[in-house]
Amino acid sequence: MLERLLILSAVLFCIGLYGALSRRHVIAVLISIEIMFNAVNVALVAFSRYITPAALRATGEVTAVAESTLLAGQTFAVFVIVVAAAEVALGLALVIATVRTKNSVDVTEASLMRR
Amino acid sequence: MTNAFTEIAFWTLSAITVGGALGVIRTQNMFRAALLLVVSFVGVAGIFALVNADFLAVVQLLVYGGGVAVLVIFAAMITTNVAEGNRGTDTQLFGLVVSLALLMALIFAVVQAQWTLLPDDLPEPLAAAFMDTPAAIGRMLLNQFVLPFEIAGVVLLAAVIGALSLVRER
Repeated sequence: MLERLLILSAVLFCIGLYGALSRRHVIAVLISIEIMFNAVNVALVAFSRYITPAALRATGEVTAVAESTLLAGQTFAVFVIVVAAAEVALGLALVIATVRTKNSVDVTEASLMRR
Repeated sequence: MTNAFTEIAFWTLSAITVGGALGVIRTQNMFRAALLLVVSFVGVAGIFALVNADFLAVVQLLVYGGGVAVLVIFAAMITTNVAEGNRGTDTQLFGLVVSLALLMALIFAVVQAQWTLLPDDLPEPLAAAFMDTPAAIGRMLLNQFVLPFEIAGVVLLAAVIGALSLVRER
C-alpha cells in the first residue's frame, strides 16, 4: 500500500510540474503548484501511516512508540496546507496586481515588477 | 475493513485524483480547470480518509475544496475572459521530458527502496493512536510544535495583509 501511495504521489507531482512548466496562464501555473503541494501531502500521510517508527524498530515494543512519532507526518501536512493557503492568497493577489498594470495573464510576458 | 473494499476505494480515488489533475493541465478553459481542480482535491481527501488521516481529510475539503477553489475561481473570472486562452509555452517539450524523467526516477526510487512497514492491521496501542487523530494532532500542535504553530499564524496574518495591500486601489 505504501508503494502505491508513493507512486500516486509521484504521478500527481509530475503532472503538477508539467503543468507549471508548460502553461502560459498565471492562474494555471498557480493551480499546478497546488497540485504539487497535494502530492507532497499524500506522501507525508502515507509515510506517517506505513513506516515503522525508529523506537519500535529499535526496541520491538509497541508501547515504546509515542503518538507524537506516529502522527508527526500528519501534523507536518497540516503545516504544508497552511503555507499553501498563504501562498495561493498572495499569489492570486499578485496576479490581480500584475493584470492591473500590464493587462496580461501571460507569465512569459511578465518580466518586470514595476510598470 | 474488508480488503476488497480498500482496493476498490483506492483505485477509484486514484483515478479521480489523477484524472482531475490531468484535466486541469489539459483544458483550455480556466473556469473548467478550477472545477476539475476541486475534483482532484476531493479525490485526495478520500485518499487521506483511506489511510487513517480523518482530520486531514476534513481540512483538505474545507481549505482546498472550499477556500482555495473559490479564490481561484474568483481570480480567474476577474482577470480573464475565462473561455479564452490557456496556451502552452515554448518550453512544453522540455517540461514533458523533465517531468517524465523525474517520474521515472521517483518510481524507481520507491520500488527499489527497502521499507520497514507497519502491518495493515495495526497492533493495539498503535491502532488507538490512529483512531483519534484530531485530538492527537491538537496536542502535538500545542506541545512540541507550538513554535511552528505560532509562526504559521504570523505567516497567515502576513499573507492576508500582503494580499490586501497588493490589490488595494490607489
